[in-house]
Amino acid sequence: MKEILLSGSGGQGVILAGIILAEAGLIEDKEIVQTQSYGPEARGGACKAEVIMDNEPISFPHIDKPDIVLAMTQEAFNKYTENIKDNGIIISNSTFVKDTSSVSCKVVEAPITSLAIEKVGKDLFSNIIALGVLVGATDIIEFDSLKKAILGRVPKGTEDANLKALEIGFDIGKAS
Amino acid sequence: MSQAFLVQGNEACALGALAAGVRFFAGYPITPSTEIAEILSKELPKVGGKFIQMEDEIASIGAVCGASLGGYKAITATSGPGFSLKQELIGYATLAEIPLVVVNVQRGGPSTGQPTSPSQADVMQARWGSHGDKGVIALSPSSVQETYALTIDAVNLAERYRTPVIFLLDEVVGHMREKLIIPKTPPKIIDRRKPNPGELPYTPGPNGVPPLPAFGEGYRFHVTGLIHDETGFPTGNPEVTDKTIRRLHSKLEDNIKDILRYSEYQTDDAEFLIISYGCSARSAEKAVKLGRAQGIKLGLLRLISIWPFPTELIMSKTKNVHKVFVAEMNYGQVTAEVIKAIGREKTEGILRVDSQLITPDEILSTVTKGVY
Repeated sequence: MKEILLSGSGGQGVILAGIILAEAGLIEDKEIVQTQSYGPEARGGACKAEVIMDNEPISFPHIDKPDIVLAMTQEAFNKYTENIKDNGIIISNSTFVKDTSSVSCKVVEAPITSLAIEKVGKDLFSNIIALGVLVGATDIIEFDSLKKAILGRVPKGTEDANLKALEIGFDIGKAS
Repeated sequence: MSQAFLVQGNEACALGALAAGVRFFAGYPITPSTEIAEILSKELPKVGGKFIQMEDEIASIGAVCGASLGGYKAITATSGPGFSLKQELIGYATLAEIPLVVVNVQRGGPSTGQPTSPSQADVMQARWGSHGDKGVIALSPSSVQETYALTIDAVNLAERYRTPVIFLLDEVVGHMREKLIIPKTPPKIIDRRKPNPGELPYTPGPNGVPPLPAFGEGYRFHVTGLIHDETGFPTGNPEVTDKTIRRLHSKLEDNIKDILRYSEYQTDDAEFLIISYGCSARSAEKAVKLGRAQGIKLGLLRLISIWPFPTELIMSKTKNVHKVFVAEMNYGQVTAEVIKAIGREKTEGILRVDSQLITPDEILSTVTKGVY
């Protein structure tokens, strides 16, 4: 069983990233539960998406101790990395996360938001870069499954930009 | 090949309703049920159905009553505050014997309560929410896949027994995404029985249920919330009143075998039993796995139909266990029914009311105290 927690602030596409990751797992015929929580704000409130993947049916639908945490903001990093497993991996968006000293597990740092703006043109591609880093660094699913899931979810006309974002992230993840 | 989708419980409920032949929805959006209305507003027109967003919850169920009498399979979806408002017409539909389904995606109450958080505190409201003695069917699914199939069952049961069916989802199951496999073979559909020539509109059939023609099909009949005889017209006759009230119970209780739905996990050799339902049953199942790993002979009886209450099932399944724990997210609503069935001595509630999902650890820690 793999427990993946994606966190950030509203508007960063964290929940959509959770859904895409879950759909990628479904493509590989895994058992999946995906949940989310967020405040009433459309933008700016803290939010998280949880994805559990397993080969067996999943009973309890929430994460106990995550194997992987994506933290898109410092607030999310401080709040959600506390419970991570000792051999867990954190994907940290270094555009906003400056202090990672509270943890002892592996941290993959990437300036996800800056890369989205500079290399893909808009910060709204951050979530896809983040997914690329996450899958590249952890191999929880195949690249092709993620690619298929992304193409199944993103708006028409944005496919090329999203695939570019995916590759930028994936290369960073692989190199980590 | 069947197709697999990643969908929310609410989405599975909407898709199940469509598959069951529902062609009418009237509602007023409320968290955490809104996705059901949203999806049906898009999908119903595509299959020749009608979606109406009404001015409020009371008008919504009024429209659903009307659509059902017009021959449509009709459904509404709401949450606690809306469920409260609908009670008067749920009572009306019970006595007038109008088939319909009310989905209640439970959130924290009372009143506006905790709008985005889960709860299971409307179990008793489903049973006794409107005044008067009556029978009721209430179902509660634990997964996205089950939500799909059970919504179809809910519509079928409403049609077969001419009664409102309360579909008790909760925020956890309603909002979580899981794999949904929609079977290629179409589901079994039950349609309400139509009257034979000369048959009075409220003459009970062999299963205690009267026939129901659609308005506009050529039958003239009277529908009322007053106690009525077999012609459908009001009467003050005590004998008719007695027969009617008893039949509103017996048409469900005498057919409990057809209505009863439950599942068992690790119960064969269980010495300790957890009874649970809906989202809490997910945590209870995990608690059984963790307990078994510690050598505790623990099992789970998961109620899928809650009303009519499965008293005999619970009596027989608990006969050989030392202790029964009821895990639920309310102040002990099903726990009290279990006590009624098997007594206080071996029953203990594991109750969570802070509108957070009950966890396997807290269930297991109470069980462990009861074991040692």
